[in-house]
Amino acid sequence: MSDNKAVSRARIGDKIFLRLTLLFGLLIVAILIGLLITLNIDAWPAIQKFGVSFLTSTEWDPVKDEFGALPAIYGTLLSSLIGLIIAVPISLGSAIFLSELAPQWMRKPCSFLVEMLAAIPSVIIGLWGLYVMVPFIRNPVETWLGSDLGFLPLFQGPPFGVGFLSAGIILAIMVIPIITAVSREAVRAVPLTQREAMLALGATRWEMITRSVLPYCRSGLVGAVILGLGRALGETMAVTMVIGNAYALSPSLFSPGATIASKVASEFNEASGDLYIGSLIELALVLFAITLLVNIIARLLVWGTVSVRGTGE
Amino acid sequence: MKIYDGYIARRQLSRVMLVLCGCATGIVIIVLVLILGYTLVNGISYLSLDFITQPAKPVGEAGGGMRDDIYGTFILVGLASVIALPVGLMAGIFLAEFAGPKAAAAIRFAADILAGVPSIIVGVFAYAILVRPMHTYSALSAGVALAIIMIPVVARTAEESLRLVPNSQREAALALGISRWRMTLGVIVPGAVTGIVTGVMLAVARIAGETAPLIFTALGSAFGVQGLAEPIGALPLQIYRYALSPYSDWQKQAWAAAFLLVFLVLGINIIVRLVSGRKNM
Repeated sequence: MSDNKAVSRARIGDKIFLRLTLLFGLLIVAILIGLLITLNIDAWPAIQKFGVSFLTSTEWDPVKDEFGALPAIYGTLLSSLIGLIIAVPISLGSAIFLSELAPQWMRKPCSFLVEMLAAIPSVIIGLWGLYVMVPFIRNPVETWLGSDLGFLPLFQGPPFGVGFLSAGIILAIMVIPIITAVSREAVRAVPLTQREAMLALGATRWEMITRSVLPYCRSGLVGAVILGLGRALGETMAVTMVIGNAYALSPSLFSPGATIASKVASEFNEASGDLYIGSLIELALVLFAITLLVNIIARLLVWGTVSVRGTGE
Repeated sequence: MKIYDGYIARRQLSRVMLVLCGCATGIVIIVLVLILGYTLVNGISYLSLDFITQPAKPVGEAGGGMRDDIYGTFILVGLASVIALPVGLMAGIFLAEFAGPKAAAAIRFAADILAGVPSIIVGVFAYAILVRPMHTYSALSAGVALAIIMIPVVARTAEESLRLVPNSQREAALALGISRWRMTLGVIVPGAVTGIVTGVMLAVARIAGETAPLIFTALGSAFGVQGLAEPIGALPLQIYRYALSPYSDWQKQAWAAAFLLVFLVLGINIIVRLVSGRKNM
């Protein structure tokens, strides 16, 4: 009898506990939906006034109430692209080194140091970027690129130091630890037998890595890079401090520019009037849409490869 | 013979690529050393007891410290943790222990998307739902913004740590006749506690340095900490303001504050490392 009572009590407890955890799980979904709805409501004055032309206009004039997002979108994509071009090879290289090549005694401390780089707050990297890296980028890096590769539109114009190039390098510094850490875990998760099989066939270590290890964990690697991209797109403080905050569409990497995040961060507090604030919030909405797209693509890619592997087994 | 020649070339390529991989790691570590080195050297030269114990002074007056901003950072991080810990942990338990495949996929998806939302957008969100209706910048809105950043991180690390607990432990607990919720809280969560604490502390370290969501929620305060419904200062916010200011005294203070923040954030990271490392042994 008392056993039955205990069982039913346990069942009620289970039910309550399950519902409670479900509630908090759903809260995460609710926050996300609330975020989307709220941003839409607050951006509505701007959405209504400018429509699609908000995305294609290059104007940003609070006095005349003209707002367009194109230079900010361009700056966001360009700086993230530069960041990834620098970060991906370095990150994959260090991931391979840290999980496959480094002598045992080096692995832990080196992985630790890479993780420490991820832990440094964005604003401090920005501070360092502004006072240490930017002067170095201005001279010698940009003056050298300008004089030797100045025939490319990428490297034309006066070397300001602040600009897309600096923002891209800063972004690379910020995403390298993430891409490295995630891809290192992915590489480490590859079964030892995969490596042994490849080596037994007479492969060199590099061939073992590129033909056996990396393909095996490619979904993890793609996830790592996309994760880095997502972070680069939305990175705010460090970029705001080194990109120069000009609102221009320029092919030159030396040109000062703006990203969506830097525009919002540097103007939100001074903005007045529903249309100005609405435009800044619509900018945030555009950034949200881009990062949402990137993250969904990442998920689908990862799920795709995982399910393919699942049926293969 | 020909095969053998090919092998030598392949081995050389292998060696070159492997050395390049090592160089990549070297670059990362050099960048880290450069950033920490400059922060250390520039920060320590200004740091003093006054800097930690004195409130800020107006431009032109020498001295002054960041007492209120340090205090503010602790309050904001505490507030965010109080909100995010129960939500994240419970959501993680749901994902790992109870959710069916579809519900789990949906919530995990939402958590991953939320974790990928740039922190500045979370700041805009907190501005829209709290600052606008309350007609004032507030510590509360900043705490909520930081909590939203923290929740998915805590939920996902909690879920992953819970999943690492072997199923045999669940079976053993259930075989003893224990209910599922007691099994979860009494056996599974303690079994995963190292991972969960690690995740939580790393999330804390991350939000302690977050600046973007504070710009238009916490705002900063020249009058110290006045309560949760009032604007509040924070260390990273002050670094941003002072770094972009034209006054060299403020720029020096930014470096000193950066040193404190790095000390705090890396300190948490290193301690977490040591503790979780010991547990693993």
